[in-house]
Amino acid sequence: MADSGAVLHEQFDDLAQQHSAVTLGMWAFLATEVLFFGGLILSYVVYRHAYPHEFQFASHQLSVKLGTLNTAVLLCSSLSMALAVHAAQFGARKRLVFFLIVTMALGATFLTIKGFEWRTDWVDGFVPGSHFSFVSHTPRVDARKVELFFCLYFVMTGLHGLHMLIGIALLGFLTVHASRGKYSSGNFAPIELTGLYWHFVDIVWIFLFPLLYLIGNHAA
Amino acid sequence: MSATTAERVADYPPHPGTFVEEGYSLKSWLLTTDHKRIAILYLLAITFFFFLGGAAAVIFRLELMTPQADLVSNETYNKLFTIHGVIMVWFFLIPSIPAVLGNFLVPLMIGARDLAFPKLNLASWYIYMFSAALTIASIVLGGVDTGWTFYTPYSSMFSNSHVMLAVIGIFINGFSSILTGLNFIVTIHRMRAPGLTWSRLPLFIWSMYATSIVFVLATPVLAITLTMVGIERVFHIGIFDPSIGGDPLLFQHLFWFYSHPAVYIMILPAMGVVSELISCFSRRRPFGYSFIALSSVAIAVLGFLVWGHHLFVSGQSMYGGLVFSLLSYLVAIPSAIKVFNWTATLHRGSIAWDTPMLYALGFIGLFTIGGLTGLLLAALGIDVHVHDTYFVIAHFHYIMVGGAVMAYLGGIHYWWPKMSGKLYPEWWGRFSALIIFVGFNLTFFPQFILGYLGMPRRYHEYPPEFQIYHVMSTAGASILAVGYVLPLCYLLWSLKYGKPAGSNPWQATGLEWQTHSPPKTHNFDVTPVVTDEAYTYVEGKEQFVG
Repeated sequence: MADSGAVLHEQFDDLAQQHSAVTLGMWAFLATEVLFFGGLILSYVVYRHAYPHEFQFASHQLSVKLGTLNTAVLLCSSLSMALAVHAAQFGARKRLVFFLIVTMALGATFLTIKGFEWRTDWVDGFVPGSHFSFVSHTPRVDARKVELFFCLYFVMTGLHGLHMLIGIALLGFLTVHASRGKYSSGNFAPIELTGLYWHFVDIVWIFLFPLLYLIGNHAA
Repeated sequence: MSATTAERVADYPPHPGTFVEEGYSLKSWLLTTDHKRIAILYLLAITFFFFLGGAAAVIFRLELMTPQADLVSNETYNKLFTIHGVIMVWFFLIPSIPAVLGNFLVPLMIGARDLAFPKLNLASWYIYMFSAALTIASIVLGGVDTGWTFYTPYSSMFSNSHVMLAVIGIFINGFSSILTGLNFIVTIHRMRAPGLTWSRLPLFIWSMYATSIVFVLATPVLAITLTMVGIERVFHIGIFDPSIGGDPLLFQHLFWFYSHPAVYIMILPAMGVVSELISCFSRRRPFGYSFIALSSVAIAVLGFLVWGHHLFVSGQSMYGGLVFSLLSYLVAIPSAIKVFNWTATLHRGSIAWDTPMLYALGFIGLFTIGGLTGLLLAALGIDVHVHDTYFVIAHFHYIMVGGAVMAYLGGIHYWWPKMSGKLYPEWWGRFSALIIFVGFNLTFFPQFILGYLGMPRRYHEYPPEFQIYHVMSTAGASILAVGYVLPLCYLLWSLKYGKPAGSNPWQATGLEWQTHSPPKTHNFDVTPVVTDEAYTYVEGKEQFVG
């Protein structure tokens, strides 16, 4: 670690120890997050198993096109995040700022598309609670269980969206600091850690997308 | 622990005074990032909650003196046992040893200047206090009547009490647990003094490490479960409501996936404390060090696989029940390994009957009773008979009060000279330990009999033939209350009038005893270099060093 602009906090012996400590801390935090979403995914799987018809029916009300597009957007954002970390490691300030902004923009694009999807669900009366107005005309499809699907759908995508928002806020913070030249090849831990977080939020979506959008036979 | 010292590059100039002398203003305490000061902040908070939760217990024990409901209404009774459960579980037991003793000792025991993330550590205390404020608010506004388990659909659909406020309080409280666990994991992995290998770590550190894993992996599941309860309560969507397709059993699975490991959050640190006490006061290296160390990890792992034993009569599949029963038996193996190893450590040891040792010996006996009755409950047939009776209450109080609280008090006495720099009056210490042991058994042993005879938990009226056991239990609780108030008095007294402790009053070998009492802000004048294991007692001999 050549030109170190990093501040060594006094509980650590050296920068290497500090860096490995904060990285491990982030991984431990992500382990917590895995279990947080894990409880939700488990609940989804239980009800998916209990009410296969309703869940397939409800899933087919979602737009696979928009879901796929969003998956692509998010994967691209992960690429640009990785490139940002790479730029930070080499102390390339302009490149770092550029890729941070690209990542933020892609994240915002994802949320915008998601917002349009949510709006459609609202108009169609699929938002659970007093607004839920879907009436089933299909045999073997109970409207209450369609509501259950949409409840899980909104909680899962909502919590994921909240994590995206936090990620974008973190990236905004990093962009301001990066443009002021706060990071260098010896001091890029915040970029790296935010990158880990961003990739994690991405991976959550990689699980949510097939669970929510792709169940059942779409050709039919 | 044998340790030499060496000048190292990053050593900071030693602080002139102890961590207490660093500043006396309120601000210097509330904005501190010193792990020792944060431990003291936690100590004050959880002591308050211990007595608050205890007060609720005193009221419902008084109510249970007579078979009729005469002291409080049935609604108030429900709220009292809920308050008792919520406060004792989340605001006392879970943070007790980790947040007080762990915070104070983990850096000292591994020769570090502080935890890896001092600001997160302070944040965890503020999160704890904020969540506590919300929970207190839910009590002041009228209380919660669901029991600490918040079972659906009662909690999500029917209860008219302040469930939302309490649920949000506990949700937020979880983040303080997670931050503490995360901090310990990173600190133990990355900040050990030179030469302090894993096989030289004090057993308390091993138990803190195992506990931290449970903190980090179990707590988020409670968070998402309570989130779903909250959503169901607000939007009336049937996530757990069977009448519209939900499954209340799912709530129980998710809840116990957290709450059973949470039992190990309470008992693992206690086991760590007891390992230290037994070794120090029998002047012996712990028998089977690596078995005690690894059994902590084994308990943490197995603890995640046994939640279904809370659901034996909830409509869980019979085969599920069989598997969970078997897995629950397996937890007995690492637990028994510990008990046997402690006993073997005592064998031929040079046993000193100091106050902490009395607590440690009490722990071994009471934990064994609690553990063995746990095996009875893990048996499918017996559980059907005693499920949701006082037998269960007695069982888990033997683990949590007879186990965790005894070890906590033992640990507080053992490390009090280190934390305060003062000695407490030994006679009063032993006397209180004895009072607590007697009071505890009188309170909870009759509950085994009550439960076996069929007294269900959470009832505030009962048939007259049960009265004798309830009277014994209430009498025991009064004795127990005296036993708990005494240490509060003499420990506070010792702060002003106690004799100076010196750096190592017990002639113990851990790194924490190699520095000042109370320690300076960065713990050690120079970072220690460890050259041997943590327990280098000369066996069978009293050591009079210094």
